[in-house]
Amino acid sequence: MCLAIPGKIIDVLEGSPTLGTVEVVGVRRKVDLGLLQDDMPKPGDWVLIHVGFAMSKISEKDALEQMRTLAMLGEAEQAMHEVQGYGLEETGPTIVREKPH
Amino acid sequence: MAHGAGGKASRKLVEGLFVPLLSGATPQALADAAHVEINGASFAITTDSFVVNPLRFPGGSIGELAVNGTMNDLAVSGACGKVMVVTFVLEEGLATPTLEAEVRAMAEAARRAGVSIVGGDTKVVEHGKADKMYITTTGIGHPLPGVKVDPASVRPGNKIILSGPIGDHGITILLARGELDFEADLSSDTRCILPLVEALAGAAAPGIRWMRDPTRGGVATSLNELARDCGLCMVLEEELVPTRDAVRGACELLGLDPLHIANEGQFLAVVSSDHADAAVKALNAAAGGEDARIIGEVREQPAAAVLITTRYGGSRIIDMLVGDPLPRIC
Amino acid sequence: MRFVDEFRDPEIITKTAEEIRRLIDPARHYRFMEVCGGHTHAIYRFGLKDLLPANIELIHGPGCPVCVLPMGRIDDGLAVAESTDHPVMFTAFGDMMRVPGTHGSPLEHKARGVDVRIVYSPSDALKLARCNPGKHVMFFAIGFETTAPSTALTLMRAKAEGIKNFSVFCNHVTIIPAIRAILDSPDMRLDAFIGPGHVSTVIGCRPYEWIARNEQKPIVVSGFEPLDLLQSIVMILRQLRAGEAKVENQYKRVVPWEGNRAALRAMAEVFELRPYFEWRGLGFISQSALRLRDSYAEWDAELRFQVPGVRVTDPRAAQCGEVLKGVLKPAQCKLFGKECTPEHPIGALMVSTEGSCAAYHSYQLRKEAVTSIHSAA
Repeated sequence: MCLAIPGKIIDVLEGSPTLGTVEVVGVRRKVDLGLLQDDMPKPGDWVLIHVGFAMSKISEKDALEQMRTLAMLGEAEQAMHEVQGYGLEETGPTIVREKPH
Repeated sequence: MAHGAGGKASRKLVEGLFVPLLSGATPQALADAAHVEINGASFAITTDSFVVNPLRFPGGSIGELAVNGTMNDLAVSGACGKVMVVTFVLEEGLATPTLEAEVRAMAEAARRAGVSIVGGDTKVVEHGKADKMYITTTGIGHPLPGVKVDPASVRPGNKIILSGPIGDHGITILLARGELDFEADLSSDTRCILPLVEALAGAAAPGIRWMRDPTRGGVATSLNELARDCGLCMVLEEELVPTRDAVRGACELLGLDPLHIANEGQFLAVVSSDHADAAVKALNAAAGGEDARIIGEVREQPAAAVLITTRYGGSRIIDMLVGDPLPRIC
Repeated sequence: MRFVDEFRDPEIITKTAEEIRRLIDPARHYRFMEVCGGHTHAIYRFGLKDLLPANIELIHGPGCPVCVLPMGRIDDGLAVAESTDHPVMFTAFGDMMRVPGTHGSPLEHKARGVDVRIVYSPSDALKLARCNPGKHVMFFAIGFETTAPSTALTLMRAKAEGIKNFSVFCNHVTIIPAIRAILDSPDMRLDAFIGPGHVSTVIGCRPYEWIARNEQKPIVVSGFEPLDLLQSIVMILRQLRAGEAKVENQYKRVVPWEGNRAALRAMAEVFELRPYFEWRGLGFISQSALRLRDSYAEWDAELRFQVPGVRVTDPRAAQCGEVLKGVLKPAQCKLFGKECTPEHPIGALMVSTEGSCAAYHSYQLRKEAVTSIHSAA
């Protein structure tokens, strides 16, 4: 149920069913775009392919954001250590102390 | 029968049935060709059969496979093929132009490989009793001086060398059958590898421990056979194994592992570490050997297994194939 | 971006693995279940267990549609293909081809002369029907909600084009009842779930909310690359540390929270829920599988053909059910590695590439030796 691969739409062939030619690292195949009819992909878009059907559009924005988040792993930790060096008491989640009016 | 795909089932058939009944004396480790001596003359002999559908495919045809495959079996056993005989089993109704094209292809391949086809036989069988054409060959050659191929001589620390990108042939055939509706710029890698083996021998003959051409069942099967024969571990580094983009793409889409896919123009060599660099250098300098490289090494553990490691520290055991590689969707 | 290699970056993988080490409580033993067979396969393929600390245990879940298919269903499908009244072509994904039926696997039937073909897509099966008007093409459909919409669309196309020599033998199952069955099992103790990635592109993330709410277990919908799985484990550990239990979507670049409306519409048009269906190893589960609606009766292989419908129980010694539920490790099944091996499998768990037994047979058996490789390296 799970083998689905990212591929790039090379062209979209009008008609019913709507087919798109998808390329995955140099291999091409026509896939059925029927499951994406609510938000039809265009040439240049990346889609997830499973059994010859496009299941979902791949969001480059989300992918980049994920990579950024991961790349920062350990940096937050590093920043914490530096702050600890300043002698502040708390290194856990920031607690906002409400000042009494 | 799953027995023809190379891998576990084939090996069982050969070891369990053929060898005990046919070879009489203790069967040695199964090799690609037999090196024998008759009345003081040393030569190597091999036999092979070729069944492929479709008969013609990008990069070649059954005729070329037959000639190159035979020469390659001799080459990796450490011999230079000189003569061949060929048998055809033809299905009744096979078009004459089809047969003629294959005979021409064989003649051309033989010329390129420097081997003479000196005889043969033909049989025609009823329609439906053969898949258009089966070809069987027997090749004879003389041993390459100074080259000894023996799994028992493999030692931990030896390097594993691969001559070039894997998977081209098997994926080309799969796509050429047309059932999967994929297109790719890919063709079979069928070629005679003798010149490359000679280049290797020229630079590193004393260091050669073992060679094999990874045909059916792919690199995984060949290395598993070696691991079993010598009891050691073949450790490969995933990023070092060369694969063309289109092969990777097709394998990803179909859920296949390039290590299990057949090759018809590549070979593996296990070479002692002190000769390995010279070996690779010589291969890289030879025509068609530019992509040759060390892909791993031999270690003690885990015994009799093939292990593949990734750059980030993960590893897995690569098993021999059971039957044909099948596309999967899960 | 190719959306593959980036998620295999060795430096970031190392960092993420370090973060996991930082987040674990060394005194605690964690049990996470990856529901989906594709995750089982990915974990094995990328050697991810080598990167995790020893106190994180990954339990393989029942999300392998091949593994949960009772043998009787395979027998029924093949019986249709063998019927001599009318030539029938049995088409299925490659995954099905070596799965044992009572009288052999589909490939073994092919060797005996039955017309068995591998297809990559249900639309390829329909194409075979178009190109072979003299034959009836039956598509033996398997899969969870990831695959069902494609079968649905294919049936809609068949109907629209009036293609009569085509039918579907439907074994589609749904994932939520499988997860419920796991949680209901008294032997199961789990801390969190790695949620199915591709099923979720269709059903979205909402259907898992009851797991977090009622069972108080974190569930993180995960992608299939090494970084996806490792990041999902990071997210689970963070939830556990904070005492939280919620549904999170790690696979944002592909999975929409609301799912795929067009896919759900296609499924609703063509399929309805069976009142109950037998799952291998899990028994009869109600409302857990799909069948064709009356409006598609003409394309329903179970209605068009005489189907024996015989229930086949697993050999008593085979413990596929317990392994499927994660109660037993594959090596603990009495038949494992002896009567049941990849070459002669008794159950689908040994034959399917996602089956825990197949993965275990290749990988875990030599774990000790593998560990020594890494300590030496």
